[in-house]
Amino acid sequence: MLSIKNLQVSLEEEDKQILKGVDLEIGAGEVHAIMGPNGSGKSTMSYVLSGKNGYVVTGGSATLNGVDLLDMEPDARATAGLFLAFQYPVEIPGVGNMTFLRTAVNAQRKARGEAELTAGEFLKEVRAKAKTLKIDAEMLKRPVNVGFSGGEKKRNEILQMAMLSPKMCILDETDSGLDVDAMKLVAEGVNALRSEGRSFLVITHYQRLLDHIKPDVVHIMSNGQIIKSGGPELALEVENNGYADILAEVA
Amino acid sequence: MAVIQAKYDAAETLIAARSQPEGAAWAVEARKGAQARLREMGAPHRRDEYWKYTNPASLIAADTPRADNFETSETRPFEMLDRLRLVFIDGVFDPKQSDPLALEGVEIEPLSTALNADIHWASSVYGVLEANGQKPVARPLAALNTAQAVQGFAIRVTGKAARVISLIYLRSSETADAMVHNVIKLEEGADLTLTENGPVAARANMVLEVEVARRAAFHHIRAQGRDHQRQAATHMFARLNTESSFKSFTLTVNGKLTRNEAVIEFTGDDAHATVAGACGGDGDFLHDDTVFITHDAVNCESRQVFKKVLRNGATGVFQGKILVQPGAQKTDGYQLSKALLLDDDSNFLAKPELEIYADDVACSHGSTCGEIDENSLFYLTSRGIPFACAQDMLTLAFLNEAIEEIEDPVIAGDIRDRLAAWMERRTG
Repeated sequence: MLSIKNLQVSLEEEDKQILKGVDLEIGAGEVHAIMGPNGSGKSTMSYVLSGKNGYVVTGGSATLNGVDLLDMEPDARATAGLFLAFQYPVEIPGVGNMTFLRTAVNAQRKARGEAELTAGEFLKEVRAKAKTLKIDAEMLKRPVNVGFSGGEKKRNEILQMAMLSPKMCILDETDSGLDVDAMKLVAEGVNALRSEGRSFLVITHYQRLLDHIKPDVVHIMSNGQIIKSGGPELALEVENNGYADILAEVA
Repeated sequence: MAVIQAKYDAAETLIAARSQPEGAAWAVEARKGAQARLREMGAPHRRDEYWKYTNPASLIAADTPRADNFETSETRPFEMLDRLRLVFIDGVFDPKQSDPLALEGVEIEPLSTALNADIHWASSVYGVLEANGQKPVARPLAALNTAQAVQGFAIRVTGKAARVISLIYLRSSETADAMVHNVIKLEEGADLTLTENGPVAARANMVLEVEVARRAAFHHIRAQGRDHQRQAATHMFARLNTESSFKSFTLTVNGKLTRNEAVIEFTGDDAHATVAGACGGDGDFLHDDTVFITHDAVNCESRQVFKKVLRNGATGVFQGKILVQPGAQKTDGYQLSKALLLDDDSNFLAKPELEIYADDVACSHGSTCGEIDENSLFYLTSRGIPFACAQDMLTLAFLNEAIEEIEDPVIAGDIRDRLAAWMERRTG
């Protein structure tokens, strides 16, 4: 599904390398988690994969089902099946949540040569999916993320994910700022989307999220590289002992 | 010294360019008075403080700059409204294309008829509000209009107007120089919605005077024509009595030069005024909103909300002033003027002013110009929305704050659709 080879990335505005050769292979239907200390490059990787400005790829590659991601505009990456659930979803006054969702869904369908959803079809689908995420009609009507609580913003991200049916989902600290119940609700939303043809990359600081979204593989990232990979037990080790042991072991 | 002499010479040229119309004694006096005002203040000049951002030369040039007629298959604005249509061609009323001048709750007379009769209400408004609005800032083109205009309507509203009145300004000539003067009086408790749309002429000088009596409400929606080379100087003078309401919104896309002045005076307590506008400019385009609001009564609220989207070297100008006179306590004055620059070639020039002589007032102003927010753009495109479409969505969202000042949701929707179409034509 997602294949990252020796990915090296610097900041555009200053001469600073953030990713120093990341290798990552995620197979279809797999759930991978990335943990790591602050500033290790986890969020940068999610931004670079989804095409945010401000970064320069200085080496390596990233492909989604064989298609070069790094060469595409952000909208084309999305249409190719990539989805990033933002750590800080953006508030957009003046753009209705429904209008935004429908425009996104239909833009992707159009780009893939599929028929666009009619207003009725879209409404039916969005209502059903919103209901399972406990997103009410009022939230759908409001401008995108404006006045949403932290939990509402994250649920809105999962709703977008559900509506867009991506193949490769990256969740960037989706658990940050969530209380226990909200985290459970979000995790249930994610689990409902798990399927053979859909893969997940879950970036998190806390093992707790991984109790709800059970990963196949856990990676530890530090200083712009993946330094260790293992099973779910690796996350438990981090939770209990912190990163010091792992960092020392690799060094 | 040379500049001042040039202003007076230009004023004489303007006065001589058209004959002074005949009319009833009061009308002749009003016109003479306007002519004298113009002689005294001179023609506008780019060295004038209030013309330093907008060069008035082409607005007063002896030869009307040519403007191609704009062809479009789209429906005109406001066609969905239940309305009385009054059609002008090149600034001249065309009764054949218009509805009969009859509407419940309203008296409508062509301006030329009204100025030939002894109509008391008209004599208390025509040229009177304009004259009041000449201080402290001179508005010579409005005085010229009062002195010479023969086209337009005198409208007196005595109750709730049964329908919207629509002034529709079509064009035929590529060089017509139009001058239209509408004068409106809303009597106590009256209610009227007036729409204006169309380019008027290759060059137009428009004046609207509106007297709003106690508890009356005036709604005004204007869509200025899309003809690329057209030029217009418009003035709107309003006097608001106790508990009255005045709301005006203007949509402007295209046009080479547009100067919209609004001069509003609160003379009665507890009244409300809104002047708002959304504008889209692309290329050879200058749009100037110049607003002067005088609070001379207690507990009045005024709102100025202007949004401009500029690209390919277009220029936007905003000169907005709130003057709070001594004793005008509990004034609530709000002034917002923002421009969204879609490239580095476009310009926004703003001069917000507050002058306050009362101590218990709330006045705020915000004037900004910026570009599209990168984070919002990334968020939208990361969901599969193409860049151009995302940019349009954010641009419309930016303009929406001004459009929300329109009370009628149907009209607001129509304005929104037109702006969306304007952007779509540019980004494909």
